[in-house]
Amino acid sequence: MAEQERSDETRQAQAKTNEQVVEFTVRCRNLHKVYVMGKVKVWALRGIDLDIRRGEYVSIMGPSGSGKSTLFNMIGGLDKPTEGTVFIDEVDLAQLDAYELAWLRCRKIGYIFQTFNLIPVMTALENVTLPMTFAGIPEDERLDRGMELLKRVGLADRWNHKPAELSGGQQQRVAIARALANDPAIVLADEPTGNLDLRTGREIIDLLKELNEENSVTIISATHDLKMIDVSDRVVWIRDGKIARIEDRSKLQLQVGMVEGEELLEEEETPPEESEMPEV
Amino acid sequence: MATTGERIFGLTREEIKRQIILPWKEAFKICARNILIRLGRSLVTASTTFLSVAFLMSVATMVTIARSVAKGQAGFQLTPEDIARYNWLVAMAMLICFVGIVNSMLMSVTERYREIGTMKCLGALDEFIVRLFLIEAGLMGLLGSLAGSIVGMLVALLRASFGVGWHVWVSTQWAVYGEHGIGLLGWLIISTLTGTVLSMLAGVPPARYAAKLPAAAALRTEI
Repeated sequence: MAEQERSDETRQAQAKTNEQVVEFTVRCRNLHKVYVMGKVKVWALRGIDLDIRRGEYVSIMGPSGSGKSTLFNMIGGLDKPTEGTVFIDEVDLAQLDAYELAWLRCRKIGYIFQTFNLIPVMTALENVTLPMTFAGIPEDERLDRGMELLKRVGLADRWNHKPAELSGGQQQRVAIARALANDPAIVLADEPTGNLDLRTGREIIDLLKELNEENSVTIISATHDLKMIDVSDRVVWIRDGKIARIEDRSKLQLQVGMVEGEELLEEEETPPEESEMPEV
Repeated sequence: MATTGERIFGLTREEIKRQIILPWKEAFKICARNILIRLGRSLVTASTTFLSVAFLMSVATMVTIARSVAKGQAGFQLTPEDIARYNWLVAMAMLICFVGIVNSMLMSVTERYREIGTMKCLGALDEFIVRLFLIEAGLMGLLGSLAGSIVGMLVALLRASFGVGWHVWVSTQWAVYGEHGIGLLGWLIISTLTGTVLSMLAGVPPARYAAKLPAAAALRTEI
């Protein structure tokens, strides 16, 4: 019965997609995620409803262990929710087969990670062109586009360097170029500045914002870097696997630097009471 | 529920399938580079195959020499018990070879979980990952066992040269197959193939396991 209803919903939703009237590029409905670790069950997400508009810059903030990385994985189709649904452009991710999921990861979404996750044996250029290889793009085009992307992130002269020969900030730039390889509509960033110093982090945030404004890429970033707040259209605060509050930019600019801002910093330093959650 | 005519992200299922590919040529390129760049690591992995296949080949060479040249000569007389013992040795060599290769493939896959997770994020299908590891295992198996069988054969021939005489180099049956059964070239092919196939067989299960992990779980792994 429920299955039938859901399929109806999906079909309606897809009809909408075809008319190109979708406002929300990501919709999460009642997301739950339970990790079973031995005999202990850990609820990483406890019912998340979240809609993200096309072209929006959204930061998901919260202390470590709050479930933001788990939410990141669900939205990116990297893990399956225990309960609930993620729609990307009104397509229910749970309905996708292996090819469609790979297609989504390859062409629709670009991923950026805290630990950069470049392939260590490949040069910067090879790292950037790898997603294009999977997308079946011919070699000449791959190399041209790869160099173009490296130029865009300011690393054209480092194309032949291995990740180990690049600084953290440079590696993250390569990772951003790689995330853009197949011209994704959404870029998902999991703590993109987490391993970077203040200045480099700022540069990465500016680069993401630039992409958001110039290419109207939707940016969704899980972070606990308060520098992100300035550039975000909306900030989603997560606590204990639930959305604590969602704040719009206009409201945010008033709050940052005032009482609320200090409260946030405190929240940041909360001892890891939620450390039963696996850090992703 | 989902019919073929349905559109996902504005594309049909067939179009989506056509847009996610990893040609064998590209896969070979990636693997060859992988092996060369991790040369030290690759050599350790390949050395297991090398040693086991060298052992297998030297036993096979000794049997061939005994059959074709040393008929009646002391030290190379083959009794049924000898043949049984040789067969047992060969079987043991294969077993050790298998366990060793499984172990080193398992290691080389586990230390690359994160890489596998990353590739999945970039749009690799599970079968791309399996294909990459299969080619890598195959290439390393081929190189390791080719080198192993040549060295194993040369060592056994040298040993026989001192025992029987230098004429073994000419009088041993080289042909793939002849009056004395399988000859040296035949054994070269058999042991090289054995090593390569064993290597590929050993590589597939860990690669398949790693490929099937959810991308998030593979990325989470710390080694």
